[in-house]
Amino acid sequence: MALLQIAEPGMSAAPHQHKLAIGIDLGTTNSLVATVQSGMSTVLQDEHGHALLPSVVRYKEDGNISVGLSAQAAQSSDPKNTISSVKRFMGRGINDIPDTTHIPYQFRDTGVGMVQIETRAGIKSPVEISAEILRSLKSRAEKALGGELTGAVITVPAYFDDAQRQATKDAARLAGLNVLRLLNEPTAAAVAYGLDNASEGVYVIYDLGGGTFDISILRLAKGIFEVLATNGDSALGGDDFDHRIFCWILAEAKLPPLNQEDTRVLLTKAREVKEWLSENSDAQITSVLSNGKLVNIKLSAEKLVELTQTLVTKTLNPTRKALRDSNLSIDDINGIVMVGGATRMPQIRQAVAAFFKQEPLTNLDPDKVVALGAAIQANALVGNRSENDLLLLDVIPLSLGIETMGGLVERIIPRNATLPIARAQDFTTFKDGQTAMSVHILQGERELVSDCRSLARFELRGIPPMAAGAARIRVAFQVDADGLLSVTAREQSTGVVAEIIVKPSYGLTEDEITNMLKSSFGLAEQDKQSRALREAIVDADRLIEAINAAILQDGHLLTADELTAIEAELVSLKNTCASNDKDKIVSSVEALNHASENFAARRMDESVKKAFAGQDLNKLVL
Amino acid sequence: MDLLQRNYFELLAIPAQFNIDLALLDQHYRQLQTEVHPDRFVNASPNERMQSMQVATQVNAAYQTLKNMTARARYLLQLNGVDTLDENNTIMPTDFLMQQMQWREVIEDANTHHDIASLDALLNEVRSIAKSLALELNTQFNLKTYLDASETVRKLSFIDKIISDINHAIETLEN
Repeated sequence: MALLQIAEPGMSAAPHQHKLAIGIDLGTTNSLVATVQSGMSTVLQDEHGHALLPSVVRYKEDGNISVGLSAQAAQSSDPKNTISSVKRFMGRGINDIPDTTHIPYQFRDTGVGMVQIETRAGIKSPVEISAEILRSLKSRAEKALGGELTGAVITVPAYFDDAQRQATKDAARLAGLNVLRLLNEPTAAAVAYGLDNASEGVYVIYDLGGGTFDISILRLAKGIFEVLATNGDSALGGDDFDHRIFCWILAEAKLPPLNQEDTRVLLTKAREVKEWLSENSDAQITSVLSNGKLVNIKLSAEKLVELTQTLVTKTLNPTRKALRDSNLSIDDINGIVMVGGATRMPQIRQAVAAFFKQEPLTNLDPDKVVALGAAIQANALVGNRSENDLLLLDVIPLSLGIETMGGLVERIIPRNATLPIARAQDFTTFKDGQTAMSVHILQGERELVSDCRSLARFELRGIPPMAAGAARIRVAFQVDADGLLSVTAREQSTGVVAEIIVKPSYGLTEDEITNMLKSSFGLAEQDKQSRALREAIVDADRLIEAINAAILQDGHLLTADELTAIEAELVSLKNTCASNDKDKIVSSVEALNHASENFAARRMDESVKKAFAGQDLNKLVL
Repeated sequence: MDLLQRNYFELLAIPAQFNIDLALLDQHYRQLQTEVHPDRFVNASPNERMQSMQVATQVNAAYQTLKNMTARARYLLQLNGVDTLDENNTIMPTDFLMQQMQWREVIEDANTHHDIASLDALLNEVRSIAKSLALELNTQFNLKTYLDASETVRKLSFIDKIISDINHAIETLEN
């Protein structure tokens, strides 16, 4: 029988206190927020009972911002200031966006970096626009749950590259969310599906959303979800089907190039027709354009299949690749789970059934399954589930490499490697006394630099001056559980740590984010100071709580002296927190971190021991 | 941290030999990740989060190395002081190299004639050779004839490369 654990007064939060954690599906077309309440994962609704929040943001004339249905309603009347499908622009440059002529926004060509959109509220980055959607979901959750959120899991397409992931994380930070984990959408769906059905075996998640397509192959066993391979197309989704219908309408009704309002009207029409034709055989398209011209044509379901055949086929190539990467054949697949609103289209279901030679599973709502899975993961991550019975082992979707001589890419981390993963690479100088060098990081499967996506340039500085070729700079690439890359560099012979300056190719610099944070709150310079202080205090509180919890659980791993030393730093940090001196708090946090370093290592050793507890490892003596 | 100093076999509690129980490897890998994965340390101190990431990274590296036959053999040789990547030690038997060239020709012909069937056949042939090399390796490790084992590992590396090239060719033809 387990003994009750009783915390000393003021030592720690009660261990069984339910923490508020949410899962957010930040979709191209719609976004959702879900949470786990009384053991059940549920999607949270707004005050009108709507679960789906259209991912549309409008910058209004009165300076206010509207998000969701009301913004969507204004799409045709105010197309330039009403942004939809912003997910397509996350971590993307202007050249990545196909066919900007049919998109009614005023893109600002920055030449380099992430695309920006001009609105009446000024120039907006996709990160800021996405942050508005997240902010809206956050406030919905806070109202529904009645308290401060501990953290959120935010889903991203599995095939998102590093720049797109980082952009998503930045958006969450702007929205004031503590991101527990970025979770791949198909993996989230698998969690919701697997736990709902207590499934075991190998499952394929076919996820065709509004703007992205993912295919993931997972092995489910005893609460462990192991992604074997993932593939996809981060620029293929339901939007493309709408666009095909839109182009067909233009041709069929012999329309001249349209203004932005009419473009928006017909794109909306196209989406409605697509949805209608999933359950009906014919659709009548009727619309009056701004010049008074009447469009009145009929589209059959059969014709729609013909128009979009190539799009459906386009999803099967990534499917084949994922299957090959997982070393499996279709006979090994226990089921195919359909995710994303676009999988309601019968031609998609038929194509998937024909490919896998079995009917796909469609018993979960394809719009909600991702958010539900994210909520389950969020709940597990904050520690609300007492038993350790859920673990997600995900992979990096695209290979990482560095530029070498002749514009070639040398692969450093292969796609579909299980996260977290690290690789080291040694570099040397080619000039006497060289003290700096630049490393260009790319992501993708092709051999030429020009065919891969540029992620960032890392400039290493502070290399000790030596003869050419004498320095050995070991650059370590670490991809964390969020799929995000970090780089460290050290000169091997002297041990000097090189300073690294990151220049993201499509991301935002730390300064830009700080400026956005500032402008989003309308903060003056001195308020920035108090914000920094507030952040330092939050960090300190988290650390205090974490260390207290560790002592409560594993205090026996410490000698009396060690415990006294850590407790002294704990007290000192608590006192400094009251001082309102940011620098003092930061250095006190550092001191506590330093004092508890060995404790952390010992706890990790215990974790490893625990993994094999009860097993007779003696017979395995090496 | 001494966890990171452990060799891959020790870390995963698997006997350091060439023939291993792959089911046990899977089981131990999962048991270990269940305890050390960063998802278990989301609320922990920065020290513990960092260590969890490092240990989980190491566990992944260990698992990938031990799961793959060629990588496992190379690692085991390395533990026994034999470096298979030694650049002065790349002489391969002529008949093996001849066979390589033959296979390359088959791949090229298949590419020109869009012949996926013959690529599939080649894949099967090459895989069965890999299997017999594995048997050889096991004997060599048992006899501790590490230099012979080292040559077999180099052969296996060639075979792995051919297999990935065949797969790549099939992929290109399918698109």
